[in-house]
Amino acid sequence: MTRKKRRLLVLLVCGVGLCSATALILSAFSDNLVFFVSPSDLAKSGPNGRQVRLGGLVEQGTVEKSTGGHAGAQFKVTDGNASVEVVYKGILPDLFREGQGVVVLGVEQPNGEFRASEVLAKHDATYMPKEVVDALKKSGRWNPAAGPPPPASTWNLPGKPAGPSG
Amino acid sequence: MDARSSVAPPRLGRTLHRFANPGQFLRLSGRVLPWLFWAGALLTAIGVVWGLFFSPDDWQQGDTVRIMYVHVPFAWLASAGYLSLAICSVLSLIWRHPLADLAAVEIGPVGAGFTAVCLATGSLWGRPTWGAWWVWDARLTSVFVLFLLYLGHIALVRAFDDPTRGYRAGAILALVGVINLPIIKFSVDWWNTLHQPASITLMGAPTIATSLLWPLLFTTLGFSLLFAGITIARTRAAVMERRIRALLMAKASSSGGEEVLS
Repeated sequence: MTRKKRRLLVLLVCGVGLCSATALILSAFSDNLVFFVSPSDLAKSGPNGRQVRLGGLVEQGTVEKSTGGHAGAQFKVTDGNASVEVVYKGILPDLFREGQGVVVLGVEQPNGEFRASEVLAKHDATYMPKEVVDALKKSGRWNPAAGPPPPASTWNLPGKPAGPSG
Repeated sequence: MDARSSVAPPRLGRTLHRFANPGQFLRLSGRVLPWLFWAGALLTAIGVVWGLFFSPDDWQQGDTVRIMYVHVPFAWLASAGYLSLAICSVLSLIWRHPLADLAAVEIGPVGAGFTAVCLATGSLWGRPTWGAWWVWDARLTSVFVLFLLYLGHIALVRAFDDPTRGYRAGAILALVGVINLPIIKFSVDWWNTLHQPASITLMGAPTIATSLLWPLLFTTLGFSLLFAGITIARTRAAVMERRIRALLMAKASSSGGEEVLS
């Protein structure tokens, strides 16, 4: 009986120690655990010639696909507060579009332009069939090029269709 | 009846006592197991057919979204399986529950398999959606660590000549690794990741349209029952194996015991 209690106590003490150690380590390294920085972060640090990943939304009306022989594009990545001009040569992922989240790997040039060597599309947590998107667009509640969709509670509750009447 | 007072049957008496609980487990699980497998297979079949043929395309991803019906249940079960491994480890370390030892040994390979499928389907999904097979973001890395923890546990519990020492070492490893579970769950909220945050939360409406959500519900229930079924079937086999070994040992010691005594 007492031995069981002692083992339980030892286990709890070890658990508390392990949890706090891990929490300390994770908070100490939290700057290195992010996969990408935002345009605001980049504006704060300024160009330093180091390769970083930049994440944000593709700003509406800024995408210029390169004409000419090679695939590529020029667009702005924004987080609402700051935006960064990105130049990319290469094939864009299928999900790339205005208003889509993207993560681009590259180096910020001294002139503030971000030269990207890789563009990844960042999918958000929203999954919906085409009809729902069309209904939301028609009722004027969401323009996919402008940013993320409205809260799910406004279109995905049972008995509340996504139509204009909803 | 004090088993220790007599000379010959102490080992046998203790062995029987040890298996009193597993015996009950064998009877009960034998009755439950067919239901688990049949219900699991049925729900999985409904979910897979519904998800692959009758649910609508996602407006952006098209058909690719159907990987979700396998990837998401396997990801959940990879974590849930590890949680059950940890619970067995607590039972083993504190209460020395013999059935928990065996269950922990048998959960390991099943959980590792489910984690491997989760990683593989995630990779297949990432290529067309994100544009990369693999990235080292916090979510993907922490699930990879979960896979390594499973592999480590599988190796460690089998690495000792004395199985009891293997159980103890494995239980400690499993409990240390539990810290990874909240990291997996909250990695997408704590840090910027390429992986999107959770679509289904306890609070708030799911951000998956209900027409895509129903098949996911079915495959999740189906795969969960199959996970439980496979684990219980393996644990039953392990209990029977131990019984056979104990019987053979008892037989060998009773026939060889007279030589030792004389």
